[in-house]
Amino acid sequence: MSDFLDLLGLGPLALRAIIMAVVCSVACALLGCYLVLRRMSLIGDAISHAVLPGIVLGYLLSGQVGGLPVIAGAMALGFLTAYLTEALRSSGKVAEDSSMGIVFTSLFAVGVLMVTRAGNVDLDPSCVLYGNLLHAALQTVPMIGLQVPVALKGMLIALAATLLFVALFWKELKVTSFDPALATSMGINAALVNYLLMSMVGGVTVAAFEAVGSILVIAMLIVPAACAQLLTDRLGVMLLLASMVAALSAVLGYLSAEWLNTTPAGMMAVWAGLLFLAAVLFAPRHGVLSRIVRNARLGIRIAGEDVIATLYRVEEAKGRGERPDTALPIAEARRATHGLAGWLAVPSLWRHGQVRFVGRGRIELTEEGRRRAEALVRAHRLWEAYLGENLSLPADHLHEPAERMEHFLDPRLMDEIAAQLRQRETDPHGRRIP
Amino acid sequence: MEPLLDIHDVTVAYHRRPVLWDVDLTLTEPRLIGIVGPNGAGKSTLLKAILGLVPLASGEVRLFGRPVAEQRRRIGYVPQRESVDWDFPVNVLDVVLMGTYGRLGWFRRPGRKERARARECLGKVGIGELAQRQIGQLSGGQQQRTFLARALAQQADVYFMDEPMAGVDAATERAIFTLLHELRDQGKAVLVVHHDLRTVPQYFDHVILLNMRLVASGPTTEVFTPDNLRKTYGGRLSVLDSAGEALRAASGD
Repeated sequence: MSDFLDLLGLGPLALRAIIMAVVCSVACALLGCYLVLRRMSLIGDAISHAVLPGIVLGYLLSGQVGGLPVIAGAMALGFLTAYLTEALRSSGKVAEDSSMGIVFTSLFAVGVLMVTRAGNVDLDPSCVLYGNLLHAALQTVPMIGLQVPVALKGMLIALAATLLFVALFWKELKVTSFDPALATSMGINAALVNYLLMSMVGGVTVAAFEAVGSILVIAMLIVPAACAQLLTDRLGVMLLLASMVAALSAVLGYLSAEWLNTTPAGMMAVWAGLLFLAAVLFAPRHGVLSRIVRNARLGIRIAGEDVIATLYRVEEAKGRGERPDTALPIAEARRATHGLAGWLAVPSLWRHGQVRFVGRGRIELTEEGRRRAEALVRAHRLWEAYLGENLSLPADHLHEPAERMEHFLDPRLMDEIAAQLRQRETDPHGRRIP
Repeated sequence: MEPLLDIHDVTVAYHRRPVLWDVDLTLTEPRLIGIVGPNGAGKSTLLKAILGLVPLASGEVRLFGRPVAEQRRRIGYVPQRESVDWDFPVNVLDVVLMGTYGRLGWFRRPGRKERARARECLGKVGIGELAQRQIGQLSGGQQQRTFLARALAQQADVYFMDEPMAGVDAATERAIFTLLHELRDQGKAVLVVHHDLRTVPQYFDHVILLNMRLVASGPTTEVFTPDNLRKTYGGRLSVLDSAGEALRAASGD
């Protein structure tokens, strides 16, 4: 371990700082998942400011800047913020966002007043706002033979409490996040669960202050959770992924801050943002890249279907009985398509055995291609007939919509349309429905 | 005999302005009951008031002779489909399992027995094969069936359903009604907020006609008359509107 650290040019101080950053980011990320899912991301920001009076109160009562009394004070203020916001909103006088804005700025102002009036409070405002990992890593106490940062104790308690909270209230948190009305009708008090969650957010944000400060803590609450949401469809996996993203941005953030000689908190937020960006681009189902690939595949499929439908119509026009020449030059077979998808469509059809080359750049349908083309033409003419009968559109308005829909009608829907059309044999243009 | 549901002089107000005035009605027998009225008549609000989801400005609701808060396990609820986020990271089985949470109580997790019941309920609504599907990939009809399966998993005696037929395909609507009739035949009461007047006589034994106040409640054959419908849909009572406005103004809001 120490060899590895030496290799990176990091000492035990850096190790302590990284451990602290990871512990509090993970705690933030776990609770952040519920904030994101409840569409309450900004209440995290509100609470991280509104807890200030709680911190001062905890300090005045205990004489310590960190530790349990301060965290307890912050939890109480977290609860109070959520409660006052809800009370103000349900009074019907202000909207929810305004009530949040009013409550958290007022509480923050009270906190600032308390700091200045108390006079001898040893709270460094810049430390509260931006955090100071190295400073926290320097102040250590011996514990089980190791030099452990004082602040780490509070952070570990916050993480343990968060894990316990999520495990104990797993189903309550899930159902009240998804459907609070159902939860309440079943006797699970959604409001109570919400207040508990907000108290936890208050406690955890304060524990994280020394690492990332009160401004960037919102990034640790929201960004890993939002990132995880893009990557999975299961709640449990989302919590796990959010924790991993948080831990990774903590480690990378600290190391790159060392390297660039800048603030670790800022770099942690930057890394969380970069990981989020990566998730936006590369997420398997919700990502930009996979959507582009999916759309491209769909485009090639549609172009291919247009090609075989063209070939089928030529066969239909010339008749197939005495083996007439039904092959077409590629360019002509592709006339209903355009762009890159059209170019790619023919090789794709050939690979799937739906067309064959017959020399001089000409293609014709294979047996398999003919079957598929027949289904397409059937879809096209069924849709024309259906629109003609039910939307009373004139005959020259039917082709375009059918050209679009033919690619999306599945056999079951086609049968249903056919049944509704009562065995009709031709489309509105008088052509046979295959 | 204790009435099944006793709504006694219930008034519901949002910010002091009543949206439901002095609703007073008693249901004695388990029936399939349609709640019908124009938009803004307070149909959903009536369900929410019964379930304790919105505070009552006055009056009380009793279920099987006791306050609703003591009877939660006998209630099944199907909220409006649009009331939840269908991108929430859960699958169909997870949602149906939520129906079992009420009986489990705090801290206990659903186990094998609850899973078996949830799968059985999914089978009853005809989407057993979708158990592992992420809910965002469901069609409107499948979403509604999921909600119904969840209500079935609540194993209730009285069901409250808010527009279960809104925006579903014809096949789903038929399936839902077959299911509701089965529940009624098993001796359950089912209250359904319904928007399609044409199907009311065919679907419901009993109707509640509502427009900010109770217009009529009784067997469909007696109550679902042109005269009552005219009263229900013939515009709001302007006196109630003015009275509500007066209350709001007097309270200084």
